[in-house]
Amino acid sequence: MSIGLGHYLAVAAVLFTLGIFGIFLNRRNVIVILMSIELMLLAVNINLVAFSAYLGDLGGQAFAMFILTVAAAEAAIGLAILVVYFRNRGSIAVEDVSMMKG
Amino acid sequence: MQAAPMLPEILLAIAGMVLLMVGVFVGDKSAKPLTYVVAAALFAALALGWTTPHGDAFGGLFVADKLAYFAKALIVIGAAATVLMAAGRATPSDGSGPMRFEQPVLMLFASVGMMLMVSANDLMSLYVGLELQSLALYVLAAIRRDSLRATEAGLKYFVLGALSSGMLLYGAGMIYGFTGATNFDRIAASVTAMGTPSLGLVVGIVFLMAGLAFKVSAAPFHMWTPDVYEGADTPITAFFAAAPKAAALALFARVMTDPLGDAASAWGQIVAMIAGLSVIVGAFGALAQRNIKRLMAYSSIGHVGFALIGLAAASENGVRSLLIYSAIYLFMNLAAFAFILAMRRDEHAVETIDDLAGASQTHPYMALALAAVLFSMAGIPPLAGFFAKLYVLSAAVDSGLYVLAVVGVLASVISCFYYLRLIKLMYFDAPRDAMDSPMPRDLGLVLGVATAIILVFILIPSPIVATATAAAQELFQR
Repeated sequence: MSIGLGHYLAVAAVLFTLGIFGIFLNRRNVIVILMSIELMLLAVNINLVAFSAYLGDLGGQAFAMFILTVAAAEAAIGLAILVVYFRNRGSIAVEDVSMMKG
Repeated sequence: MQAAPMLPEILLAIAGMVLLMVGVFVGDKSAKPLTYVVAAALFAALALGWTTPHGDAFGGLFVADKLAYFAKALIVIGAAATVLMAAGRATPSDGSGPMRFEQPVLMLFASVGMMLMVSANDLMSLYVGLELQSLALYVLAAIRRDSLRATEAGLKYFVLGALSSGMLLYGAGMIYGFTGATNFDRIAASVTAMGTPSLGLVVGIVFLMAGLAFKVSAAPFHMWTPDVYEGADTPITAFFAAAPKAAALALFARVMTDPLGDAASAWGQIVAMIAGLSVIVGAFGALAQRNIKRLMAYSSIGHVGFALIGLAAASENGVRSLLIYSAIYLFMNLAAFAFILAMRRDEHAVETIDDLAGASQTHPYMALALAAVLFSMAGIPPLAGFFAKLYVLSAAVDSGLYVLAVVGVLASVISCFYYLRLIKLMYFDAPRDAMDSPMPRDLGLVLGVATAIILVFILIPSPIVATATAAAQELFQR
């Protein structure tokens, strides 16, 4: 059996879904949410690189590079916000992030 | 390759980095002077934009056209006004320190990101511009880092914003895969050649729209808006409500009508659904709110829904009405937030609607201006907000979206309740302990000018209407 475009897309779709479920079903820790976000972005990268190879067009790989760079900046900012939040709240449990409601 | 059309953004990016260095060396006491420099730089960039040539730059990654300039004018007005309003803010209710120098600089970087994304002509430049905006906004939401509410707002905004970026990217990836291009012109050609959009392309469009709906805070992706509006420092909330909304709406219009215009059969229904849900959520969500910032958040969801009704029409007229709506909404928002920022007692900010009680006796001019703004938001003629809604609804009716138009009108009637309640509080209730007066001068200036624009729109509509018409026309000719 040869591995084709469909297989890559399926893997990426599964990873992306796992990332979304990781954000919504996870009730414990905000760090896990950050990991889920990374997982989603990496799923998109798999998609882009697979399409790029399939289409013989380098644009997708350039896009993947941009995503990698921005994802690093995003993780840095996310962790920084998490640190200031922890200083104020003393906890990073998801159910504690609920001061404002309605 | 030529870079000339991009000069305003290049100027602003350099200015941002220089001002950041100045701030680092001088410290937080430079915050106030920096706000004036940032506002001046924004207007300088806008003026530079009018003198530089229109056209493509960087091999089609960037385009400076009339739509981009219309949106950039709104971004600059919104950002500069809120940067200036932030300079005169009150001591926050939880008593944290003075403004940090990063605040005006981050607002500048966010504005550069917005200007880049409304000029994007490629999925890559769209993403980079959008992220430059979002990353700056995440930090701005949490900039009062010793406040629990502000950091919680920042954390929520970050998590949901990153999720929406992920969905937008997944959609962009699928569109790239099924059209073979990231450039908007080549995507448009490929979509036209395709006839009926393929399943993969439709999946891509849906994910892309989910991401964009998050950024404009349209239902059902609006969950972050009330919490972020309430939790963030009020000048930051004013910034969130003004510039990014106008930018994201213009971006939404460009992405849907330029590259994906021939796939309107795939997205028209979805935009109509998002728009209908948003006006309903905006109307009902705000009914129970006592915090005025939270109320403005639900009101903004409703207004974004109205603007999207124009997009759902999927016509030149519809995009024109969306642009007019976002311009008028920007001025209504600036006026409302100038008032909210001036709500203070003993130099401390207050933000429940009961604090407005009797304001007509203690602050007659402020109350009159806010009443005009609220009537305009409710859509009462002859104020600007009425015409904004009229353009949108007539575009929807022209495209046969009768149900959506009726939903919009009904939601507008319901939302009158909470706008009129504020007016009733100001004019018919007994005053409680008076708020501080007089209003700080920069806030009074913004409130006065924005209210004047709302009042005279009926006499001189052409600066907004004619430019929006030209922008929509050019977008549909490409």
